[in-house]
Amino acid sequence: MAALDTTPQAREGVDQETVDTVQSMAGKYKHGWETDIEMDFAPKGLDEDIVRLISEKNGEPEWLLEWRLQAYRRWQQMEEPDWAMLDIPPVDYQEQYYYAKPRSMAGEKPKSLDDVDPKLLETYEKLGIPLKEQMVLAGVEGAEDAPAEGRKVAVDAVFDSVSVGTTFQEELSRAGVIFCSISEAVRNHPELVKKYLGSVVPQGDNFFAGLNSAVFTDGSFVYVPPGVRCPMELSTYFRINAENTGQFERTLIIADKGSYVSYLEGCTAPKRDTHQLHAAVVEIVALEDAEVKYSTVQNWYPGDEDGKGGIYNFVTKRADCREDRAKVMWTQVETGSAITWKYPSCILRGNDTQGEFYSIAITNNWQQADTGTKMVHLGRNTKSRIVSKGISAGHAQNTYRGLVSMHPKSSNSRNFTQCDSLLIGDKCGAHTVPYIEVKNASSRAEHEATTSKVDDDQLFYCRSRGIGEEEAVALVVNGFCKEVLQALPMEFAMEAQQLVAISLEGSVG
Amino acid sequence: MAIPKAKLRASKQEATNEWLAGRAMPAGGAWATAARKEAVERVRALTLPTKRDEYWKYTDPTSLTAAEAPEASLFEITDEGAVFEQIDRVRLVFVDGVFDAAASDDPSLAGVEITRLAEAAGNDIHWAKDYYGVLEAAGQSPVERPLAAFNTAFADDGVLIRATGKAEKPVSLIYERGEKAGDAMLHHVIRVEPGAELTVLENGPAAARFSQVMEVDVADGGRLHHVRAQGRDHERRAVTHLFARLGEESTLKSFTLVANGRLTRNEAVVWLQGENGAAHISGASMGDGEFLGDDTVFVTHSAPHCESRQVFKKVLRGGAVGVFQGKILVEQPAQKTDGYQISQSLLFDERSQFLAKPELEIYADDVQCSHGSTSGEIDPDHLFYMRARGIPQAEAESLLVLAFIAEAIEEIEDETLAEDIRARLSRWLERRRA
Repeated sequence: MAALDTTPQAREGVDQETVDTVQSMAGKYKHGWETDIEMDFAPKGLDEDIVRLISEKNGEPEWLLEWRLQAYRRWQQMEEPDWAMLDIPPVDYQEQYYYAKPRSMAGEKPKSLDDVDPKLLETYEKLGIPLKEQMVLAGVEGAEDAPAEGRKVAVDAVFDSVSVGTTFQEELSRAGVIFCSISEAVRNHPELVKKYLGSVVPQGDNFFAGLNSAVFTDGSFVYVPPGVRCPMELSTYFRINAENTGQFERTLIIADKGSYVSYLEGCTAPKRDTHQLHAAVVEIVALEDAEVKYSTVQNWYPGDEDGKGGIYNFVTKRADCREDRAKVMWTQVETGSAITWKYPSCILRGNDTQGEFYSIAITNNWQQADTGTKMVHLGRNTKSRIVSKGISAGHAQNTYRGLVSMHPKSSNSRNFTQCDSLLIGDKCGAHTVPYIEVKNASSRAEHEATTSKVDDDQLFYCRSRGIGEEEAVALVVNGFCKEVLQALPMEFAMEAQQLVAISLEGSVG
Repeated sequence: MAIPKAKLRASKQEATNEWLAGRAMPAGGAWATAARKEAVERVRALTLPTKRDEYWKYTDPTSLTAAEAPEASLFEITDEGAVFEQIDRVRLVFVDGVFDAAASDDPSLAGVEITRLAEAAGNDIHWAKDYYGVLEAAGQSPVERPLAAFNTAFADDGVLIRATGKAEKPVSLIYERGEKAGDAMLHHVIRVEPGAELTVLENGPAAARFSQVMEVDVADGGRLHHVRAQGRDHERRAVTHLFARLGEESTLKSFTLVANGRLTRNEAVVWLQGENGAAHISGASMGDGEFLGDDTVFVTHSAPHCESRQVFKKVLRGGAVGVFQGKILVEQPAQKTDGYQISQSLLFDERSQFLAKPELEIYADDVQCSHGSTSGEIDPDHLFYMRARGIPQAEAESLLVLAFIAEAIEEIEDETLAEDIRARLSRWLERRRA
């Protein structure tokens, strides 16, 4: 059985292709190179002076500094959460750099992308993220020949602690959409930032959100005005480059009444022997009739085959469907990071609001992932849907942890949850930890976690048309898996395509 | 702001020490005293549960750990016969937690050896020493169960049952109560020898506050069938623990009916340690008004080719609360495991609640494990269908509720027992129709 360590054998019910795909996805890390560039660091460690320094470097107003300091003081009183099924070696928060900026970005921010250090542009080009507006995002078939007016994606590129540049800003502003780095937003739209920052994830929400609130350096800011359908997809690409540097970005998305925006997030980091810290916060506010789609392909460096190195990914993502009929959809493909601690959530506050969560989490070697979602139903007639597929290989541990909470006043609400896990090899683990709290009778919550428990009606439909039982189950399950993948925007199609090959046969709940 | 963990721990320790101080262990012989002393130290190390503990987040243990048992008015059952009265069985009666020999049958039964704990504990050696407190101690990890350790330390009555052959009739433990207030604490040990078979029945409220531990060891090829109906007293409180270790080709089937009760916490901790073992833990809860029924089940598969089922159904109305915390843990050697878990509740009104945490923890790759959990009201379409066929509303509702619970009742192997339970459920519903 020792051979399983290196080349997992496909057992009955799991085809070799699946095994190979998982191996190839997590086994080789394509983005492990490093950009050799001169950086300015803040002194190592964390204290109030560092918080002040970060604030000063960003040229922030007094209120934001106060907000940060308040967060820092709270964070000092807090303890790291230990409830996740993660074995996290102690993190020395004083051994990190909390601010790193490419030297070329010192002083005035480059006015246009032409002024940006070519080395930085090269970095993103190498990652397949073009920062030139005439290009569309690589990875879309036929992209090279497509006219510039074809499929456009605006990109905010974040390199360690700072935003390098944001594309298509002008075109977006014609539509009234504000898309910029959060530090720019603080300067140019302080009223919006002041109103919404911390309104979804407060400073003292949890240990990692507290840390982020104190030291967040950059991240993206999106505001879509009432009735506007954002003319293109927005995306942020996060790159950790400097050693021993944590990345603490903060993203704030506000979709005003009746607006729509689709937002993509990608992330990579170089291969290193030491672990690096990433503690991000994403806040989404969806007002009346607004719809937000947030998609992530998380591909931070996962560490090597022996579990050396890799990113510790502690992320707090939460959407507030604040007003009636708002809708938020989270889609995530989690393939990277040594440790993933991430629960994109929806607060369904308004009536008739909807939250959706689609997730594929792949862990291999010594990776550990504890990820899932929280759906908090507060308003009437609210709906949520959770589809989670966990795939675990090598010595990895993969946990789905989720909360579905129906409050007494959230009458006539619905939840459907489907969690499937697949284990490849006998040294890994797959776990499911759902919390289901139903506090009124007219709401219905359903949680399923097995291929044999797929919807009987669908099975019956297939069977009555002469399809064998196994085939019928496969058909329905395949449908489910596709649902997660199809929830991803086209731009992530290439990365996600590799996942399509993964069959879910022989999956366990 | 969260209270620092160290501070919480210190305050829990202080409360626990205070609780233990002044409590005297029952007198006994060498084996019992040694087991009880160890259990006291376990309680001290584990500390008493509070609502901040992960496995007590849905059930507040305060009334279970209060110095005095809250009073519970006596409840006289006049509308139906006693549970299991149609069954030919050996009746062992406990009144307010004390064995009543006069009210009980002669405990001699072919193939079964029954001793009272209070007597056996007086001896310096007894077969039960290999189990008493031993299985409970093993069940403290990974989830702590301090109230079970407390029971091991301070329970002074109970029965030690050893089945050596196929028991002719069931052993029936009956828990009566005559006092409005006070605690009862019973600790039973059941050892089913290789190839032996036994049915154990339990019923009755026992006390205003009842604590019970049952340690079960089913040897290779043994079978234990356990059916329990907890008392209908509305204000009673109970915390019970079943620790069961199963050998090769052995079977454990345990079913619990909870109808009424202010607070009922039933924990089951089962280890499947030999190949081809089977463990079925099931239950039906009926709650109306001030009711909390909590089933906390932890099944560990350590050996290959075992099967486990957890089937729990809860009917909740008038603000009743149902809790289910279930776990299937499949260890790495336990390939070909077949694990099933279902927890469902029917809520009748906007005040009732169902809180569930159905967990899977799996380290073996060739297993089939599934769990499901649903919560909702009676399907109006189903009701309409029956109404359209001339069935009155109330009757249609009862039929649908019984159909909902059926899967749990089907876990009871013996049809006479199942019928007894089923009849009680329909009467419970009938009473609410009047």
